[in-house]
Amino acid sequence: MSATAYLTGLGAAGIAAVLGALLPTRWRLLGAMVPGALACLAALVGSGQVLLSGRSFSLHVAQVLPFTGIDLSLDPLGALFVATTAIVGLAASCYSVGYGAHRAPGRTATATVPAFLATLLLVPAAASVATFMVAWELMALTSLLALLTEHRQRPETRDAAQWYAGMTHAGAAAVLLGLVLLAAHAGGQSFAAIAAHRGRLSAPVASAVFVLTALGFASKAGAVPLHVWLPRAHPEAPSPVSALMSGAMVNLGVYGILRTGQDLLGGGQLWWWLLVAALGVASAFFGALHAAASTDVKRLLAYSTVDNVGLVLVGVGAAGALAAGGERVPAGLVLLAALFHLVNHALFKGCLFLGAGALQQATGTRDLDRLGGLARRMPVTAALFAVAALSISALPGLNGFASEWLLLEGLLHGFASRSSLTDAALLAGVAVFAVTGGLTATAFVKAVGVGFLGRARSEAARSALEVRPSMLAGGGLLAGGCVVLGVVPGVAVPVLDRAVAATLAGGAPGAVRAGLGLDLASLDGAIAPALLVEGLLAAAIVSWGVLRLFPRGAGLRRPRRSEAWGCGQEPQSARTEITATSFAEPLQRVFADVLRPDHDLEVTHADESRYFPEAISFHQRIDDAVERVAYGPVIGVVARWGRLARRGPNGSVHRYLGLGFAALVLILVFLA
Amino acid sequence: MTATTATVVAGGPSAWATAAASVLQVGAVALGGPLLLGLMGKVRARAEGRTGPPVTQVLLDLRKLVRKEAVRADQASAVTALAPRLLVASAAVAAAFTPLVTTRPVVATGADAFVVVYLLLMGSVALALGGLDAGTAFGGMGSSRAMTIGAISEPALLVGVLALAVQSGTSNLPGIVDASLAHPGWLASPQRLLALAALVVVVIAETGRVPVDNPSTHLELTMVHEAMVLEQAGPDLALVTMGEAMRLGLLLGLLANLFFPWGIDASVSGPAVVVALAALGAKTAAMAVLIALVEVSTAKLRLFRVPELLAGGFVLAVVAVMTGLVAR
Repeated sequence: MSATAYLTGLGAAGIAAVLGALLPTRWRLLGAMVPGALACLAALVGSGQVLLSGRSFSLHVAQVLPFTGIDLSLDPLGALFVATTAIVGLAASCYSVGYGAHRAPGRTATATVPAFLATLLLVPAAASVATFMVAWELMALTSLLALLTEHRQRPETRDAAQWYAGMTHAGAAAVLLGLVLLAAHAGGQSFAAIAAHRGRLSAPVASAVFVLTALGFASKAGAVPLHVWLPRAHPEAPSPVSALMSGAMVNLGVYGILRTGQDLLGGGQLWWWLLVAALGVASAFFGALHAAASTDVKRLLAYSTVDNVGLVLVGVGAAGALAAGGERVPAGLVLLAALFHLVNHALFKGCLFLGAGALQQATGTRDLDRLGGLARRMPVTAALFAVAALSISALPGLNGFASEWLLLEGLLHGFASRSSLTDAALLAGVAVFAVTGGLTATAFVKAVGVGFLGRARSEAARSALEVRPSMLAGGGLLAGGCVVLGVVPGVAVPVLDRAVAATLAGGAPGAVRAGLGLDLASLDGAIAPALLVEGLLAAAIVSWGVLRLFPRGAGLRRPRRSEAWGCGQEPQSARTEITATSFAEPLQRVFADVLRPDHDLEVTHADESRYFPEAISFHQRIDDAVERVAYGPVIGVVARWGRLARRGPNGSVHRYLGLGFAALVLILVFLA
Repeated sequence: MTATTATVVAGGPSAWATAAASVLQVGAVALGGPLLLGLMGKVRARAEGRTGPPVTQVLLDLRKLVRKEAVRADQASAVTALAPRLLVASAAVAAAFTPLVTTRPVVATGADAFVVVYLLLMGSVALALGGLDAGTAFGGMGSSRAMTIGAISEPALLVGVLALAVQSGTSNLPGIVDASLAHPGWLASPQRLLALAALVVVVIAETGRVPVDNPSTHLELTMVHEAMVLEQAGPDLALVTMGEAMRLGLLLGLLANLFFPWGIDASVSGPAVVVALAALGAKTAAMAVLIALVEVSTAKLRLFRVPELLAGGFVLAVVAVMTGLVAR
């Protein structure tokens, strides 16, 4: 039954892609997005059945892929990722109906979104090395095409696509090498055969497999220092694709690490997981800092994805390290928290990217310095964006808080472990957790406060109009999820627990009691967000009542509107208002060693006296320091080799024939 | 340590008693916070050789403000109205279940230290958004500075709280207080003292006192909190002042009970509650006087020196956790 629903979903997504490519312009958008949304619903039903019943399914189709056939299997771990993708996909499909409607939708846009969605749904169900690699590569290709959709509007898209293609294929090569090595030593290429062989692998081989696959998957997840493609690709993609990339695709990097490390290799050694945690710590800090400094709203969101993936990797690494040290209960708790945070991140980051797309469509810009005052022009978009932004800032009553609290509790109770190395990793995890919390709140106060509140900073922002209802419905679905999982986070616990039980070798499920709030079963700690929300509402009502008690009090009258205080200078303009750049300036100065901003200040003096400036221009760029330091030299060397090699082929046919002949001779020499 | 919370659930007082105790705590914070602010003003004035306004001045100001007309900026959206209410509500909810007067407040099992940390963050975020809402230069500048200071003080707060939680084996606040009552020796342990130092720095930053911020300045180069709330007027401003006073009372009370828990009531019985209330008043008043004296005797730090102070607090907190792990 669950298999039927899941396969129906896959099929419908495939049909949607074909319809998107073939239908005439008029019907293209609806013809692709309606089956796409139905596909997500079907996949959600299928994966939901696996998660609720705990019974996985598997099937083998020999006819599709030559030599090996296709192996599909959905266990609770994979089902959790399919369900998350399906929810984000449903919202993105719904949103796409409105997003593409303002101009004639191109075939690329309508065909690649469902195709990308289909591959995202396929990867977690792949159950053999061959199937997995095919699905993984299809995902890379369809996402690359989807990323390139708007390359005519923005030339930067091409640059982003080059980075993405390079990084994703280097990552896929590492994964392929790792999995082939694993399959060769385990005596079978289906995941079931490999898992049956676990524990009998020699330690160096297992470690080599883990390091290779973990690096490949970490590049897909966007972990520092393999993240450089992410802050380029996610902003340049069309917004529904950005939402799918940040809300679903990066998750699969985490899925890959869990699948190989815990399921196929059976937990392995302590240092593997410390490596993962170290990647997480670096990503969380670096991502949060860049998010706080960014002024392009989609770039901000992309860096925040790096931050959140980092937190999830801290959890995954801590869980693996604790499990390797025999701490079963804290390990189960931390993994549950990490998976919960991953689901929550998909919800709020999906919603935020959809909101950023609405901003871009309404104003034509992503630059926060040119936005402002949109809460009055686009109230629903503003409200949805704000809910998601407050969720990601981990305010109590919303879902980000629930999972971050669980993660903190898991790390806290992990301190009971006997390994001082694990303790050090947990302490680093908590420290980075604490640092990113404040930075994330700053980043999102900036995004909401500068983007939606105050005065409009450009004509485009002044005349922006609210986007279509279908776009709002897509964001509303995800924002609703944020609220539900924030008020009653306990409802997600049984589902997450199934995934933990299916994943963690040497970890104990059942660390959190099922209920409405979150209550740690055998450890000490509980929260009840529903009561918190009730308390907040009650306090707000009481304070309203107290204000009304005063007979001449203004609680009774409508507030008067008046010009804001401008030091006596009226009327005020948006030019005196703070911008996103200046909002972030203090933090940027504090962390100047990491961010390394480039300033460019030019002052033109008046002819009469050099004490009176005529014009001042200020430019600032914050480049990715990792990209500059680690990738710059490599790219330089490759480019130099490329230029050298270009001297050979100059267009002369004789030379090509000669080169071909020389190559043939060389091969023959080697073979002989 | 699991046992401490278990007793809260099993042998605790009736639900009505704990609810009444929580209401009492909120009332104590709502009344005590403004009085503490007034006391600090009085001590500062006396130390500077002035008579100063009466201790009840803040309460009198609040009464004046709620009677005034509500005026909001042209550009202001609903956020200007929501922010002060959310600030007060978050402080009130935190006060309801923090062990201030009793270790048996309502929903004691859910009274988690990290929830208090994030409720404080909620108030800060609300105020910062409110500061940006009117679209003025001052408001945005104040929000930016407040969020910067908050972004660096929050890690110290979180890790400082974690140091206590690691020692007690739980992040449940009543559990932590119960554990320190059961093990008085812990209070003099190095990790406690380091965590205390870290949290004092945080409390000074979160309540906007000298040397981090000067609550009595309106100089554009230096003001942080005052710049952020410049556009709030009348009843809205009353709520902001109230919320800030409640946060001060809450933080001082929490600090007092985490490090000097004596006098706190553990049974929710009449006389013990009165004693606990008096003890809370005495402890927080003593801390307020100390802070006021420090304020008089130090100069405000330059904005870009503040992160160094706060980073110092963060390092102290991390060292506190490490000391605890080594000592175990």
